[in-house]
Amino acid sequence: MCARRDLLGLAALVAVVAVLPLFLPNRYFYDVAILAGINAIVCVGLNLLVGYAGQISLGHAGFFGLGAYASAILTGRYGWPPLAALGTGAVLVGALAAVIGRPVLRLKGHYLAMATLGMGIIVSIVIATEDRVTGGPDGLAVVPFQVFGWSLKGEETWYWAVAATLVVTVALALNLMASPIGRALRSIHGSEIAAEVMGVDAARYKLLAFVVSAVLAGVAGSMAAHYSGFITPGKVGFFHSIELVTMVIFGGMASTFGALVGAAVLTALPQALTSLREYELLVFGALLMGTMIFMPRGLVPSLAALWRRGRA
Amino acid sequence: MTLLSVRELSRSFFGLDAVQDVSFEIPAGAVHSIIGPNGAGKTTLFNVVTGLYRPTRGQVHLAGEDITGAEPSALARRGLSRTFQNLQIFFNMPALENVMVGAHVHSDCRLASALFRLRGMGRRERAAADEARRLMEQVGLGAYVGAEASAMPYGALKRLEIARALASRPRLLLLDEPAAGLNPAEAVEIENLIRQIARSGVTVLLVEHNMRLVMAVSERVLVLDRGRLLADGTADEVRANPAVVRAYLGTRNAGKKMAVHA
Repeated sequence: MCARRDLLGLAALVAVVAVLPLFLPNRYFYDVAILAGINAIVCVGLNLLVGYAGQISLGHAGFFGLGAYASAILTGRYGWPPLAALGTGAVLVGALAAVIGRPVLRLKGHYLAMATLGMGIIVSIVIATEDRVTGGPDGLAVVPFQVFGWSLKGEETWYWAVAATLVVTVALALNLMASPIGRALRSIHGSEIAAEVMGVDAARYKLLAFVVSAVLAGVAGSMAAHYSGFITPGKVGFFHSIELVTMVIFGGMASTFGALVGAAVLTALPQALTSLREYELLVFGALLMGTMIFMPRGLVPSLAALWRRGRA
Repeated sequence: MTLLSVRELSRSFFGLDAVQDVSFEIPAGAVHSIIGPNGAGKTTLFNVVTGLYRPTRGQVHLAGEDITGAEPSALARRGLSRTFQNLQIFFNMPALENVMVGAHVHSDCRLASALFRLRGMGRRERAAADEARRLMEQVGLGAYVGAEASAMPYGALKRLEIARALASRPRLLLLDEPAAGLNPAEAVEIENLIRQIARSGVTVLLVEHNMRLVMAVSERVLVLDRGRLLADGTADEVRANPAVVRAYLGTRNAGKKMAVHA
């Protein structure tokens, strides 16, 4: 169940996701849509921490990578069923986030950014150097995803699997934010001192947002690994962490649909710009800068405000 | 019954004593005020009592329980709430939700209830919103029920903090300069509001520079000067206390100024 005001947004998402395949002419477009969906799952989670609770993390690609490698290693090396590997990976990532988050989340602002950045870098170095387990820089092949003997193959099937996971993730995120927990997270962003005095245990709620966002990143990482059938340390690195935070900020902080739109746009945009060849990155950067200058609150909140003003 | 008991409390910053050996007791009921010149240690005392600072020495007891050094979030659960001299509003949220955060300690904060909207979450949330609306009306903010906090004027935000503090259903409410920056008409409204809160059974501890307000609402006045408790009595007793007059007007000129005023 959902709160009434959230049902409309969720229904719109379901409609878009259901109709989208009609506009996907070939496997390449399906591939972009799937990657956008996977990024969106990470960003909806990351937005709980960055957008709502106001705590930065520059290390979430580390959690994404740990989920991916947990799935790859548990299924490939130990022959675990993929679903069990995904679940175990999620639990491991959550536990690690809980252990790291406790000391790290006592830091604020730039210091928190530095600490999470360091955490992400450590994860990517460990994955790149422990080559006996992880395959090192060469990466690892990942077996196809199977549930109860039925295997997930082909872009179309994956599209529906990612779409369903995304819808469930968005529904849970909306529910969380429409609860006293969501209010507590936002109040920490507004004034941590006042939140504490009102009985909000800020350390506990920051940790909660950190762990939930890490688990979602881990699950998305597992799915990405099985989908592409191959993983390399590239997706675990610092640059991917920055990409994820950029998606959240670009789409609109403290907006679940903003994070979703940010992930979709910034995944699709570089693909759309490939025809510009050597100017691709230039235009991409200019679009990012322009959006942040003219829509500092991000795409979705700024457009929503514009629409409300237009109606009034 | 003694609601708040402060015993030989000291708090120093870098060797400088902001609060020094302060002891007093606040019985349940009525309005009690703490006054004193700027820098007397009033806000430091508030911050120690509400757990934002740890005391260097001494103890704080709330309704007989030792709460010295307890986390602020734990104190809300025990019926202590406050407002801030420098506003601490959740500017990223609507006014109504600011007040609803105040009810945090009475909410269902289990993760499963939130994620799956179990155990009547929707109904509870609507009830919480109704209660917040009622509190906003009670403090005279009926016109701002649908407003964003960031769009409200200063005087209204002062009341919003009071409504938010009341939402936690406190036994003891600490108000840190609720009338600061308000015009005389607004100050009178705050005075009436403080009376009304006290009548509803909440014990109020007030720090305020507006002497007219303090003398009008307080059953008892404590005077702090340079971190020490200088006087403790009814408004009239304190007003007539020569040490208090000296603290406010300065030692050397006290006699002269009193003479001029007389």
